[in-house]
Amino acid sequence: MTSLPEPQPGAKKLGLVIDLDTCVGCQACATNCKEWNTSGHMAPLPDHNPYSAGQEGVWFNRVHSYEAGDGEDGRTVHFPRSCLHCETPACVTVCPTGASYKRAEDGIVLVNTDICIGCQLCAWACPYGAREFDDDAGVMKKCTLCVDRIYNETIPEAQRVPACVSTCPTHARHFGDLGDPNSDVSKLVADRGGFALMPELGYKPVNRYLPPRRAPKADAGPPRDAGPLPSQIKNPLLRWVDKVLSR
Amino acid sequence: MNPAPSIVFFTVASGAGYGLLFWTGVLRAFGLVPPSSGFGVVAIGIALVLIAAGLLSSTIHLGRPERAWRAFSQWRSSWLSREGVAAVVTFIPAGLFFLAVVGGMEGLALPAGLVAAAGAVVTVWCTGMIYASLPTVRQWHHPLVAPGYLLFGAFSGAVLLAMLAGFWGMATVPAAIAAVLGAAAFMLKRAYWAGVDAGPPVATMETATGLGFIGKVRTLDPPHTETNYLLREMAFRIGRVHAVRLRRIAAVAGFAVPAVLLVLALLTGGALAGVMAVAAAALATAGLLAERWLMFAEATHTVALYYGVGGQD
Repeated sequence: MTSLPEPQPGAKKLGLVIDLDTCVGCQACATNCKEWNTSGHMAPLPDHNPYSAGQEGVWFNRVHSYEAGDGEDGRTVHFPRSCLHCETPACVTVCPTGASYKRAEDGIVLVNTDICIGCQLCAWACPYGAREFDDDAGVMKKCTLCVDRIYNETIPEAQRVPACVSTCPTHARHFGDLGDPNSDVSKLVADRGGFALMPELGYKPVNRYLPPRRAPKADAGPPRDAGPLPSQIKNPLLRWVDKVLSR
Repeated sequence: MNPAPSIVFFTVASGAGYGLLFWTGVLRAFGLVPPSSGFGVVAIGIALVLIAAGLLSSTIHLGRPERAWRAFSQWRSSWLSREGVAAVVTFIPAGLFFLAVVGGMEGLALPAGLVAAAGAVVTVWCTGMIYASLPTVRQWHHPLVAPGYLLFGAFSGAVLLAMLAGFWGMATVPAAIAAVLGAAAFMLKRAYWAGVDAGPPVATMETATGLGFIGKVRTLDPPHTETNYLLREMAFRIGRVHAVRLRRIAAVAGFAVPAVLLVLALLTGGALAGVMAVAAAALATAGLLAERWLMFAEATHTVALYYGVGGQD
């Protein structure tokens, strides 16, 4: 059923929090995502011409690199982009078959590839480019939030997080329940002023991004009340006193 | 957006088919088109062929056409599903209309024709709403898009009906309707273009990334060096010169000239009128193909912002 589940107060909203301050753009999350998911819930993720020109395939996670701002205030920001598991995802409601659905129990947005007809309307409806079409299977594929890891009792508990989170070398990716205001991820979002992408479109993304911290002003020069420079002091005795006191 | 030929053909062909079905059903009920069963069979038959060809073409676009029947299930939330249901349901009165006209059962033909006309309106409205309901594409998420689909379908159907009725020597009413609708379509499309050209972008690279608080955002490194599905499907860009030329073709050749030709046909009458009606139908079809191609080619999707493609123009 592609109608959305009734929102329940206090319901789980599993999602990611991505720290744009610490992400170094190493692509490890994208690589481990591909690695896990090409044999996971929505496997396989096709690759055409993998070792030659015209390489193209389905990835659930794409890491962009941007420059923001100019001059001293300019920053290089690495920006991983994946499904935001929106609270009101139009990718689900536009689906004519019921293949796209949002889970009531944890808010994960999934595709049932056994009934997807490959009309691709969901990809048009997603503002964030979270869905990529599998030409080989003729069906749409997307991030599963590693639904096959996070509840998987056959792997050690510490590994029951999405593949992208487990592999991030700078701990820039966090996974948890954003519906619970006391969860670690919710506190992190509150502390750091985490934001949603394009909230004005009304999709209510669950994932949050933590903004890059402002860099401290490097070498701003001596404070304004620093007094005269040693060369401006004419009297040699006073210049010596100034030198001693300035140590 | 990528103008997939199967979808361009589908929306133009089925739009014209539903328009033809609508006007045949309505005008026949009031005796304003040739009442003979020969004319009815040809008009309704062509309408059904256009509709069926369009719907078949739309299934070519699917990754799994054999599962197309599943699209009838989610009419509560999906305009695409509603369109599918409306299209299939409309075949029932349309088929009855056809059979009643063939069999000379006027008692059945009249209500079946009117119900089929209503079904045609509902189906084309659903087609328009598939596009108009997507906030990701501002050129589609516009109040004139769904009415445009209805008007262009009604116009192309009326032009076809005027041409066919001309062969039976009774084209006055459909030709007059087509001329009026052509003028209306010309004005609607011009108003739509003026609206979308002046409209603000849905989002910018700054809001898409949330990095606007730092300053202007530029792409530094792309996430992949080759193309991908998102870029092919949603970052399609058309050259400005081509867009201007195609807009002229759509508005002038598609709407204005056919309307003028039909007015002239009404004034002259005779064999010359028939030739002008055929020319009007051919031009309207070509113009609508250009209009529909542009509808996709000029549309910009927010996902292109992440790739820094053209901004949200």
